[in-house]
Amino acid sequence: MRAPDETVIKAGQTLLSVENVSLSFGGVKAIRNVSFDIKKGEIRAIIGPNGAGKTSMLNVINGFYHPQEGEITFKGVKRKKMRPHDAATGGIARTFQNVALFKSMTTLDNIMAGRTLKMNKNFFWQLLRYGPAEQEEIQHRRKVEEIIDFLEIQHIRRVPVGRLPYGLQKRVELGRALAMEPELLLLDEPMAGMNLEEKEDMCRYVIDVNNHYGTTIALIEHDMGVVMDLANRVVVLDYGQKIADGTPDEVKADKAVIDAYLGVAH
Amino acid sequence: MLCVKPYNMLCKVFVIPFYEMWDLPDIFVQTLWEGLVGGTLYSLIALGFVLIFKASGVFNFAQGIMVVFSALTLVGLHAIGVPAYVALALAALIMLVLAFAVERVVLRPLVNQPDIILFMATFGLTYFLIGFGELIFGGDPKVMITRELNIPTGRISFDFAGGRVEMQKLDITATVVAGLMVAVLAVFFSKTRIGRALRAVADSHKAALSVGISLNQIWIIVWFAAGLVALVTGIMWGARSEVSFALEIIALKALPVLILGGFTSIPGAIVGGLIIGIGEKVGEIYWGPIIGGGIESWLAYMIALIFLLFRPQGLFGEKIIERV
Repeated sequence: MRAPDETVIKAGQTLLSVENVSLSFGGVKAIRNVSFDIKKGEIRAIIGPNGAGKTSMLNVINGFYHPQEGEITFKGVKRKKMRPHDAATGGIARTFQNVALFKSMTTLDNIMAGRTLKMNKNFFWQLLRYGPAEQEEIQHRRKVEEIIDFLEIQHIRRVPVGRLPYGLQKRVELGRALAMEPELLLLDEPMAGMNLEEKEDMCRYVIDVNNHYGTTIALIEHDMGVVMDLANRVVVLDYGQKIADGTPDEVKADKAVIDAYLGVAH
Repeated sequence: MLCVKPYNMLCKVFVIPFYEMWDLPDIFVQTLWEGLVGGTLYSLIALGFVLIFKASGVFNFAQGIMVVFSALTLVGLHAIGVPAYVALALAALIMLVLAFAVERVVLRPLVNQPDIILFMATFGLTYFLIGFGELIFGGDPKVMITRELNIPTGRISFDFAGGRVEMQKLDITATVVAGLMVAVLAVFFSKTRIGRALRAVADSHKAALSVGISLNQIWIIVWFAAGLVALVTGIMWGARSEVSFALEIIALKALPVLILGGFTSIPGAIVGGLIIGIGEKVGEIYWGPIIGGGIESWLAYMIALIFLLFRPQGLFGEKIIERV
């Protein structure tokens, strides 16, 4: 579904930009006047100490939070606020810091749920599960199996995800986001709580998704090694403000960033 | 006869009833059948609760009054001259309108509130529907338009083990309709996109939103489905007795069924309903006389309580395992 005034964005052009966004909860200012952009096809990292406003920023982008000030431009359409449904239909998928899966459903059903928006046979066909609805189910199942192969989770296809170990749950969550065939994929600490091997696997998947599907990725990550290896550009937040923005090397050398991470009196 | 003095009571409880069942099998079969029919109708009511509970975690106290309201709408429309089947379609349409209204006026403003708040809101909805229903249709009991809807009436009877077993055609119809409804809903829930979306919403609102499932749309669908189940229940119950606000009480009968079957399980609602229905009838006929009868009204709750001792999550409910 494409809104009529949306333009097709080519690689290297700005896919999404936030301008002067501020978000507060009562007296707590989570984000203060932050602007940055994400270009089509890149891997963009958002880093910063705990409580810097990184997750809030993702929530603003995908419409869970509505900023009090500022604007979000996605695929050329300027908005005061996103709504989760608009974000999803527009091609923004995400994963969560604390895995948010449908715990009682199987891996297969979880990933199929990611196809919801791509499936559009109406309610009555669905009710009968006959004819068009059945064909549609088969066609989408094929796509989902492709993703399952890609993420190497064939063996847990039929297992309710609540029973899976954490590392695999994270992978299923990535699968569900990929099932949406997103243009922009938001990953909130995809490697948190993983061991080295799992982290390396996840890095490989992130790079593969970016190369293979050309998906633009914005990720939050605490592991600096990972960020420096993966990201094309990095934006650094601290206390809700943007303190640096640039290539990994530029950011690494930035005085403000070093201060924020090593701790200087604010 | 078999019972001797010191063991009199034990014998009455553990021996005599089974002897009677064996001795007069035709009466036993008749009892089982009546229990089965009652159970089917309990299942239908419980089904309405389960649908809404699964998708929104709300225990919908208004399900009972929805049964009455939909049946009254059907009868009321027919009374002002609308042909029976058109009235049926219109009644279904009105349940759809109700689903939209509930979503807009009750659920949407209360999103993210604790479950108990939503539960209280369904109380409010109940009293609104009672008042609104009485205002429009009046408080007198009505007769269900059984004949106009071509629901078979009369009875069939057959010889069985030296006696006669009688079955109301109406009851047979009710059982078949309930069975069909359950089958359709079970497939719908497990095999389709919307069914999957319903289960997804039940598991996590946040994750459901992130994949583009619209909570509002899902809520409308489940309330509409529950409304349709209420309409069918209303027709079947109404045809057996009459359509009046007293029917609302049957909602309370769904509670032991839900406890037995688990709040989230469609098959559970069915099996639970049948166990309660049959248990109630068999208990009344064979064990009732020991304490002078009249146990039908509370036996269901007893069965459910005893059951809870052994399976706190219900017959088919999801086992609750918490990792610490």
